[in-house]
Amino acid sequence: MINVYKNKCNLCGRCIEVCPFGAVERLKDTIQITAGCKLCKLCIKNCPEDALYLGSELKKEVSKDEWKGVMVYVEHEEGEIHPVTFELIGKARELANKIKHPVYCILIGSQVQNLARELLYYGVDKVFVYDDVELKWFRSDSYTLVFEDCINKTKPSIVLVGATSVGRSLAPRVAARFKTGLTADCTVLDVKENTDLVQIRPAFGGNIMAQIVTTNSRPQMATVRYKVMEPAQRVEQIKGEVINYFYPKANFDSKIRVLDVSRKERKANISEADVIVVAGRGIKEKKDMQMVKELADLLNGQVAATRSLIEAGWASHNQQIGLSGRTVRPKLIITCGVSGAVQFVAGMQGSEYIFAINKDVNAPIFKIAHYCAVGDLYEIVPKLIEHIKQVKQIYK
Amino acid sequence: MKILVCLKQVPDTTKVEIDEQTGVLKRDGVDSKMNPYDLYALETSLRIKEQMGGKVTVLTMGPPQAKAVIKEAYMMGADEGYLISDRSFAGSDVLATAYTIAQAIKVIGEQDLIICGKQTTDGDTAQVGPAMAELLGIPHVAWVNLIKDITAEAITVSQDMANSVETVEITFPCLITVEKDIYQPRLPSYRKKLLTEDRPIKVLSLKDFLDQDESHYGLKGSATQVERIFPPDNEVEQEVWVGEGVDLASRIADKLKELRFI
Ligand SMILES: Cc1cc2nc3c(=O)[nH]c(=O)nc-3n(C[C@H](O)[C@H](O)[C@H](O)COP(=O)(O)OP(=O)(O)OC[C@H]3O[C@@H](n4cnc5c(N)ncnc54)[C@H](O)[C@@H]3O)c2cc1C
Ligand SMILES: Nc1ncnc2c1ncn2[C@@H]1O[C@H](COP(=O)(O)O)[C@@H](O)[C@H]1O
Repeated sequence: MINVYKNKCNLCGRCIEVCPFGAVERLKDTIQITAGCKLCKLCIKNCPEDALYLGSELKKEVSKDEWKGVMVYVEHEEGEIHPVTFELIGKARELANKIKHPVYCILIGSQVQNLARELLYYGVDKVFVYDDVELKWFRSDSYTLVFEDCINKTKPSIVLVGATSVGRSLAPRVAARFKTGLTADCTVLDVKENTDLVQIRPAFGGNIMAQIVTTNSRPQMATVRYKVMEPAQRVEQIKGEVINYFYPKANFDSKIRVLDVSRKERKANISEADVIVVAGRGIKEKKDMQMVKELADLLNGQVAATRSLIEAGWASHNQQIGLSGRTVRPKLIITCGVSGAVQFVAGMQGSEYIFAINKDVNAPIFKIAHYCAVGDLYEIVPKLIEHIKQVKQIYK
Repeated sequence: MKILVCLKQVPDTTKVEIDEQTGVLKRDGVDSKMNPYDLYALETSLRIKEQMGGKVTVLTMGPPQAKAVIKEAYMMGADEGYLISDRSFAGSDVLATAYTIAQAIKVIGEQDLIICGKQTTDGDTAQVGPAMAELLGIPHVAWVNLIKDITAEAITVSQDMANSVETVEITFPCLITVEKDIYQPRLPSYRKKLLTEDRPIKVLSLKDFLDQDESHYGLKGSATQVERIFPPDNEVEQEVWVGEGVDLASRIADKLKELRFI
C-alpha cells in the first residue's frame, strides 16, 4: 500500500498526473491512494517532495511455509563455544522434531572452522559459517550484516540466541532489521503445529509469566536464558555438514573499532558452580561468612549471597544471585537465612535441589525449596559442618 | 554536541499482581517513577555535556503523566524534553516502541549521541535501545560501563561482556546503552526545580510524525502478541523438617548423602 507523508506533501498534484490507473485523488487537504492502485510506484518516483512511500509491507500476511528451520546463534569466546549454545541446540532439536524442520547453526568469527566441526557432534543438520578476520570481535553492525545475509539465504522459521551480553545486543538489531518479533530472556519454549513459537518469559521481576507469540512475521526470534534448557548431548555419529558463506569485506564498513579486549579476572564464578551455598540476612555478622564458606568448601561449592549482603559489602557483586544479579542453575543450592524475595528466587528457581534453612516457617523461600529446615542457622550450619567432616573422615 | 536520552516511566514496585480470573495486570494505585537504570543514562549525558558543551534533550514515550520523568530530568540538568504520546501508541512491543521513538527522533532532529538505560524494570528486555539504533541506521554499543575518551567525531567506551571487557571506539552518530556502575547519578536540585518550573515539555503525537500509518504503531505495529499471562508455578513436592538444630543438621546431612553430594 502506498502512503503519504502528510507534512511533506504540498498537494502539487504530480502524482495524480502520472498515475496510469487514475488511482490517486485529492481530498480537501490530502492526497489519497484508492483501491485502483496497482503498486507501480510511478507516483513515488515522480513526487518532487519525496512525500510518498510504500508502506505497510510488514503487515502483509507472511507465508509460513517459506520459512523452514530452527537456527541457533553460536556464541563463542577465545576458541570456546559458550555452553548456552548447546542448551539452545538441545531445545532447537526438540522444537524442530515437532514441526519436522532441520536444525541450523550460524557461526560468526575468525578461524572458527574447528568449532564448526565440533557443533556437528551435537546433532546439528547444517552449520553456516562466516569466517573472516574482520569478524574476529563482536561488533553490532558487522555481525548484524552477516546475520541478515544468512537469514536471507536460509529463511529459518525460528532463530534462538542466548540471552547473554552479546546475544542481547545483537538479537534486537537483527530482529529490527527484519521488522520481526523478538521475545527477551525466555525460560520456556514450545512450538505449535503451524510453526508458531510459544515463548514464555518472566515479566515484572518474575512476578508473572507471559506467553508470547509472533504470529505474522518471520523469522520468529527469541533470546533464551542461560542454564534453563537441557543441553544437547554429544554423540559419536555425525550427519550434518558445514557450509561456509562469504561476505564481501568492503561492505562491512563498520563504524566500530575494537581497540582492546581484556579478560575479566575469572574469580569464583557462581554461574558455573554445581553446588552453591547462599548467605542471606539471617547471617548476622561479617565474620560468620566464614562458616558459610566452610560449608561450601566441604561440598566443593561456591558462596553466593542475597542483595542485602552485597550492599553491606560482605560479598562481591559477582556473588549476587537474582534479578539484578546472576541466574544460577546448580545441582544443589543451600540457602541460609534467606527470605526468598521474588527478585532472589527469579535467579535460582531452576536449581535441581533446593535446601532452605530459615527460622521463620512462613518465609517465602519455603514455597520453592524442596527440603525445608525450619530452624536457627547458627545451630544447624555448625552441626552440619561437623556431620560432613565426619562422613568424609569415614571415607578417607 | 547534541545528546538525546531516552527515559521511561515505570511502576514503583515489582510486586505487581495479576487478577487470577481475568489474567489482567492490576496496575491501579501503583505509583510511578523513572526507570532506575535511565538515571545512569541521564547522568552520563550531563557529564559529557559538562566536558564537551552542547545540549541534552530527553524524551519519554508514555501516557501524559509520564511528563513527570521529564520534569525530574530538568531538575537534574536536562535542557529540553519531549513527551511522545498518542492513543494509537498503546500496547507497543519492542519493535513498535523502538519504531515510534525512532520516528520521534527524526522529527526532533539528528543527534550525535543517543543514550539509553541498559534495561527497564517493567518491560525488562534491554532490547529497545539496540532496536532503535537499527531503525535509525546508526551503530550501537550496549552495556557501556566506562567512557574512556570523547572527541567531536567519536567516543571510546568499555563494554561489559560478562567474561571480558571490550574497549571500542564508535563514531557519531551512534547509540549506547549504559550500565549502572558508569557514574553515580546526581540528585535533582531544588534550585533547578525553581528555574525549570515553567520550562515547556513538547508533546509529539502521531500527527507530527513522517510515517502516519497507524498500523505501524501500538498493538497493530507490534510483531509479538501476548497470548496470556499467568502466575509462576511454585508447586513442588517438598519435605518440611522442624525440630532441634542438631536433628535438622543430621537430616540435611543424611539427605545430602542420599543424593550423593557428600
Ligand atoms: C528491582 C529489584 C531487584 C532486586 N534484585 C535482587 C537480586 O538480584 N538478588 C537479591 O538477592 N535480591 C534482590 N532484590 C532485593 C530483594 O527484594 C530482597 O530484599 C532480598 O533478596 C532479601 O535478602 P535476604 O533474604 O537475605 O534478607 P531478608 O529478606 O531480610 O531475609 C532474611 C531471612 O533470614 C531469616 N533469619 C534471620 N535470622 C535467622 C537465623 N538465625 N536462622 C535462620 N534464619 C534466619 C529470616 O526469617 C528472614 O526470612 C531486588 C529488589 C528489587 C526491588
Ligand atoms: N517508552 C519508552 N520511552 C522512552 N525510552 C524508553 C521506553 N522504553 C524503553 N526505553 C529506553 O530503552 C531502554 C531499554 O528498555 P527495555 O528494552 O524496555 O528494557 C530503557 O532504559 C530506555 O532508555
